[in-house]
Amino acid sequence: MTRINSPAELEKVRKGILSNRDPKKPCITLCSGSACQATGSGEVAASLEAEIEKQGLGDKVAIRKTGCHGFCERGPIIVNHPAESAYFQIAPEDAPEIVAGAVKDDAVVERLLYTDPDTKEKITYESEIPFYKHQQRLVFGSNGSIDPKSIDDYLAIGGYAALEKALFQMNPDQVLEEVTKSNLRGRGGGGFPAGRKWAESRNAPGDEKYVIVNADEGDPGAYMDRSLLEGNPHSVLEGLMIGAFAIGCREGYIYVRQEYPLAVENLTTAIQQAEEYGFLGKNILGSGFDFSIIVHRGAGAFVCGESSALMTALEGRAGEPRPKYVHTAIKGVWDNPSVLNNVETWANVPLIINKGADWFTQIGTERSKGTKIFSLVGKITNTGLVEVPMGMTLRDIIFKIGGGIPGGKKFKAVQTGGPSGGCIPENLLDLEVGFDELTKAGSMMGSGGMIVMDEDTCMVDVARYFIDFLTDESCGKCVPCREGLRQMLKVLTRITEGKGSDGDIELLEELSVVAKEASLCALGTSAPNPFLSTVRYFRDEYEAHIKEQRCPALSCKELITYHIDPDKCQACMICFRKCPVEAVDGAKKKIHVIDQEKCTKCGTCFEVCPSRFSAVQKISGEPLPPPIPEEKRTITRKSKAK
Amino acid sequence: MSDILVKIDGKDVEAREGMTILEAAQSAGISIPTLCHHEKLEPFGGCRLCIVKVQVGDWSKHVVSCVYTVEEDLIVTTRSEKIDQIRKMILELQLAHAPDSPELLAFAEEYGADKDRFEKEASFCIHCGLCVRYCDEVKKKNAVGFVDRGIRKEISFIPEVAARECWNCKECFELCPTEALQAAYVLAESLISATPSFKSEK
Repeated sequence: MTRINSPAELEKVRKGILSNRDPKKPCITLCSGSACQATGSGEVAASLEAEIEKQGLGDKVAIRKTGCHGFCERGPIIVNHPAESAYFQIAPEDAPEIVAGAVKDDAVVERLLYTDPDTKEKITYESEIPFYKHQQRLVFGSNGSIDPKSIDDYLAIGGYAALEKALFQMNPDQVLEEVTKSNLRGRGGGGFPAGRKWAESRNAPGDEKYVIVNADEGDPGAYMDRSLLEGNPHSVLEGLMIGAFAIGCREGYIYVRQEYPLAVENLTTAIQQAEEYGFLGKNILGSGFDFSIIVHRGAGAFVCGESSALMTALEGRAGEPRPKYVHTAIKGVWDNPSVLNNVETWANVPLIINKGADWFTQIGTERSKGTKIFSLVGKITNTGLVEVPMGMTLRDIIFKIGGGIPGGKKFKAVQTGGPSGGCIPENLLDLEVGFDELTKAGSMMGSGGMIVMDEDTCMVDVARYFIDFLTDESCGKCVPCREGLRQMLKVLTRITEGKGSDGDIELLEELSVVAKEASLCALGTSAPNPFLSTVRYFRDEYEAHIKEQRCPALSCKELITYHIDPDKCQACMICFRKCPVEAVDGAKKKIHVIDQEKCTKCGTCFEVCPSRFSAVQKISGEPLPPPIPEEKRTITRKSKAK
Repeated sequence: MSDILVKIDGKDVEAREGMTILEAAQSAGISIPTLCHHEKLEPFGGCRLCIVKVQVGDWSKHVVSCVYTVEEDLIVTTRSEKIDQIRKMILELQLAHAPDSPELLAFAEEYGADKDRFEKEASFCIHCGLCVRYCDEVKKKNAVGFVDRGIRKEISFIPEVAARECWNCKECFELCPTEALQAAYVLAESLISATPSFKSEK
């Protein structure tokens, strides 16, 4: 790699890369993000490579290991280029057919294509699959076509053109103005306008200023930042460089979770390659701008996603938020002006510089511009990462893209915004996603987690789960958060165990007010949200637990009893055999009965009872039907009676 | 340093730039309750008991007065129904850990806090951090620190340092707003573990 010293040299390098690539040469791209690696993309890659070798196609077919394609439910994913046919749920055994097909113009391995669940038709192209069709993948789109370990791949798709434009065709003020005009709002939580934050730091006194990437993605079920860092690290680096130029920084940090080894690996490689080409270091591209990036690995505390806690941790101290009422943009790391933005926010910057604020502001709603990546998980048919324009309705995201709820179950709520977000009920499904819209509904955008829940989910238990998470992750410095959450968790646990009492909801509300008003940082002030939003929309569930000792979703263990309906039981012996504690009494042709003394409520009998019988039931809030007399337990007698 | 005029509970107060609301109030004889504040130490903002309402024009917010610094035209309210409600709850939460602390009980009386509202978890420590910060900022010894986080957070003496420094100091004992015994106990425990002959028994 030679160092690039001017825009002209950059264009020469870019042309050189492109001229060495034949766009017609078959290339098999294979998703190699963390999610697909978990489903075996490593083995698939090995068998593809072996197969190419075996079929003697080493110089005819290329293989490229890319980042996450987003459709994690169906991974590992392959897209063939230039044909663009897409295969899903690939196993190593599929390699011979895939490789043989790749060299033929029209050869498509039919059985590996996506099958539309409604029409049962095979769909050849990713772009025509419902999951992808309704997305607008501006930030995330390149993930599927580039090898994150190759800076040349990034340059081939126009990478670092925005940096070049900022450095040579704009001055820092113009860059800042463009970002301000774009109304790009922080993708990590609060939705604070990035331009305003940048300007605050730029105008703050001090020579040492820092830009920081917040990659401490800690929300349960959220992994969009991981996938961006793993799949397209240069886009984040480029955004950071442009920000540093606009604000006037010479040093940047990437604070990334310890739990993201592949992201760290790909980032480190990307930084090294960017340094070799001269996108980082002294006198970048000959512009006179100096900038370097340091990767800092977090030590595993959720609270370090909070800006001042993250900066305290960067300084090498215990990650606790600071009590001072001063913006970190003015006094951040080592009391120097520091701009902290989330991974996705930084990755938006090159797009804005390349295409302009006017283009960017055409996408989205009045106050939320651009696209947002959501991590669509939970009780949803198509689990994965989706990028949609702001303003798309929750209904479209969940049903058009997500394919709805599996197993014929009914939608109940969607939890957005991470643990301190809130649950949005069915009657608000037509809500258009945007920062202010979600906040108004009692939830928040957060970093983009979207956990879909079906009718079997108990909303009180959901609140308990998230409060438990936050209690564990509170730093423990201030009383309203540490002690308030401790008590909230106790009350919520009590309610889910059927030991709630009158006044519990009011006590939780009172604790929420204190946490919201008096906590030191955003973790504490937003911590009551899981309770507040569920009590707002599902108060009847709380009351059922407290007043009737009934869990309407039939989910809280302490409040349900398993019962075998004697009229439905066919004495098939399945639950009898599967029960881990031998609580099912029965025999062939003898109606089964659950011994409630022995039952641990694990739910195995319920799950294994064949759906054509559906004899095992969950009962809550009402007495168990009287036991069937011994003499009536023989099936033959029952059928005779009929 | 120039003077800044603020209004605290309707009273005009002249404060120096950089002063916190708490300091300004104290200078004017207006009392605001605190638990984790100490004049020799950096503001901690942990107990949140000194919460007050600040207002500038149409904008208003609840802030902790031990950290928030004065600014021109600031209107401060140190008592209101909301503030009292928050303080009452903070005291009740703390009393679950230190039900016999005279300081807490005195405040409880003033704010009508029920010391038995929450189930007792007598750990004595209310995490005000006075011992930890005093040892760090004033004594510069760091013989005592916080360990773990959230509801598992507690104070702990560092045996090696404590064995060397604490016998002749113990100045943190009297800072403790709940029970000096707590500090003594934690200290003794750590000193025992620093003594090799006891170590094996632990």
